[in-house]
Amino acid sequence: MSKLELVAPAGTPAALKVAVDSGADTVYLGFRDATNARNFPGLNFNRDELEQGLLYAHDRGCKIYLAINTFPEAGNSGPWHKAVDDGAAIGVDAVIVADIGLANYAATNHPDLRRHLSVQASASNPEAIRFYQEAFDIKRVVLPRVLSLHEIVALNREITVESEVFVFGGLCVMAEGRCALSSYVTGQSPNTNGVCSPACDVKYKDDGERMVSRLGNFTINAFSPDEAAGYPTLCKGRFISGGETSYLFEDPVSLNVASMLPELADAGVVALKIEGRQRGKAYIAEVVSTFRKAVDGVNSGEAVVSDNDLSSIAEGGRKTTGVYQKTWR
Amino acid sequence: MANIETPTTLVLGPVLFNWKPEDWRDFYFRIAEEADIDEVFVGEVVCSKRSPFFAPHIPEVVERLQSCGKRVVLSTLGLIMNKREMESVRDLADDDQEFMVEANDISAAALLAGRPHAIGPMVNVYNEGTLDYLAERGAVSVCLPVELGKTALASMASHANARNADVGTALEVMVFGRLPLAISARCYHARAHKLHKDSCQFVCDRDPNGMEVETLDNEPFVAVNGVQTMSHAYTNLGSAVPELLDMGINRLRLSPHHGVDMVKIAALFRAIADKQLGEGESDARLAKLTGDVTFCNGYFEGTAGHTYI
Repeated sequence: MSKLELVAPAGTPAALKVAVDSGADTVYLGFRDATNARNFPGLNFNRDELEQGLLYAHDRGCKIYLAINTFPEAGNSGPWHKAVDDGAAIGVDAVIVADIGLANYAATNHPDLRRHLSVQASASNPEAIRFYQEAFDIKRVVLPRVLSLHEIVALNREITVESEVFVFGGLCVMAEGRCALSSYVTGQSPNTNGVCSPACDVKYKDDGERMVSRLGNFTINAFSPDEAAGYPTLCKGRFISGGETSYLFEDPVSLNVASMLPELADAGVVALKIEGRQRGKAYIAEVVSTFRKAVDGVNSGEAVVSDNDLSSIAEGGRKTTGVYQKTWR
Repeated sequence: MANIETPTTLVLGPVLFNWKPEDWRDFYFRIAEEADIDEVFVGEVVCSKRSPFFAPHIPEVVERLQSCGKRVVLSTLGLIMNKREMESVRDLADDDQEFMVEANDISAAALLAGRPHAIGPMVNVYNEGTLDYLAERGAVSVCLPVELGKTALASMASHANARNADVGTALEVMVFGRLPLAISARCYHARAHKLHKDSCQFVCDRDPNGMEVETLDNEPFVAVNGVQTMSHAYTNLGSAVPELLDMGINRLRLSPHHGVDMVKIAALFRAIADKQLGEGESDARLAKLTGDVTFCNGYFEGTAGHTYI
């Protein structure tokens, strides 16, 4: 079995250094514009920063993947094409793409540039993955978080490209790349703008009894004084249906499947991805070094089941193995 | 350039809800006999667990629609997660090509490549590059994603029209009904009823237009339809139809709803397309036909989808 690759996020040059120093095999990042799915203010890399970061990483045996994983705007594909061109020129180890047109552009114009299929492409079955492989010579697929461990095992038996899965961080409960909830509420979406529940549309309001969090014109949650007020990511809010108030879509939890790494390795997964390009250096350092130890355990065959406790830095302070164990079934 | 010569194609999208099978069948029978609709999409798109209920009625529904002069397109699942679901698509793709099939997942588009097929609104066709790629593989119609605004639509249409001499791909926009906003492996209908997906008791059949979801301030928010999340508001692009036609987008999709007269709604959109109504008249008439329903057109206007301008 080949060794598991640990793929860490970086939203800033400083975070990149921390990720490399904490033991990431690969750092993934994006340019500072709408071409990537974490297009947040003050985040991401310009061309010079990418060049410097890539040198720093390569000098230490760490790879760089460039996420260009939003869907190019009609009539304005230029910035996306340029992102691919620049990534190739700078020498990134792979680009991560979701859009068919963009994958085609990269395959046609940069055949030697390694291409990975973003989770935003929502390729959840062998036929979809084979399509991207045959059409655009995709070498790796980042699997949707809708799949269970059993489904990941079954899928890996039927595909010949590498597979990468998310092991820690924010958790999309909708099929990735196929969710317009954010744009319905705010006008901005992951697919078109590279943002979900954007901060510029968030308001917190203390109404005396509760702290109310709103996104655009809608209340997403309300917290009593003894509750920590969370970020109003709209699928993690509290809503009313049939007279009952609940976290209708998902509790405010984040994904942590550290305890399942041996099973993921056995399933044929080659790379483990940590979510969180928007997170700070402390998060990167702690999560990457914790997973480094766990991955080394699996790679050395000791297969220590890691019972890490990253809950203090997990979104919502709670963790879940998410769909991988399908408790909701 | 305005595409005046091409007549408008009124399309009825697939029923997205879990209606009683007999109601479902009778709905299509009535559409077949009474509605001024050119093309009707039939087939379960949202949840494969529902398919067995409708499957026995599909042959008679298709036959009735065809005998009444409607073109029939068979729709396929939006999220394909297992072999059984994939086989249901493969069966249609391998069929004797008697029917046009609509792909709602990229895997279906891959299986249908090389024969004429339709692309549904759940496949991400956001730009000209993707449109060209799918067109060259046999997509003859593409219902564009609901998020696209008029600037993007105009750009796509102008591109498609310029190259349609070589590859004829007609663009389609959804103009009426709750917008499909998201799809998930999880069932929120089951979750709301404290049931697991595998033993869901098909509770989604209790809400023939989706289950209303409100904010904590009791404001209408979205609607849940099994594994699908939809807009609370019904998209209404009635007043935008002339603009769409001017762009050269001449396929207009109506999404079926329960408790409203889809025959009359189709007639209204036909009248709009035929420019038989005065300005502002279409909204008032549609409001009369839909009763207590909120409209939205924000996506088309380039802003938050829920808004109505």
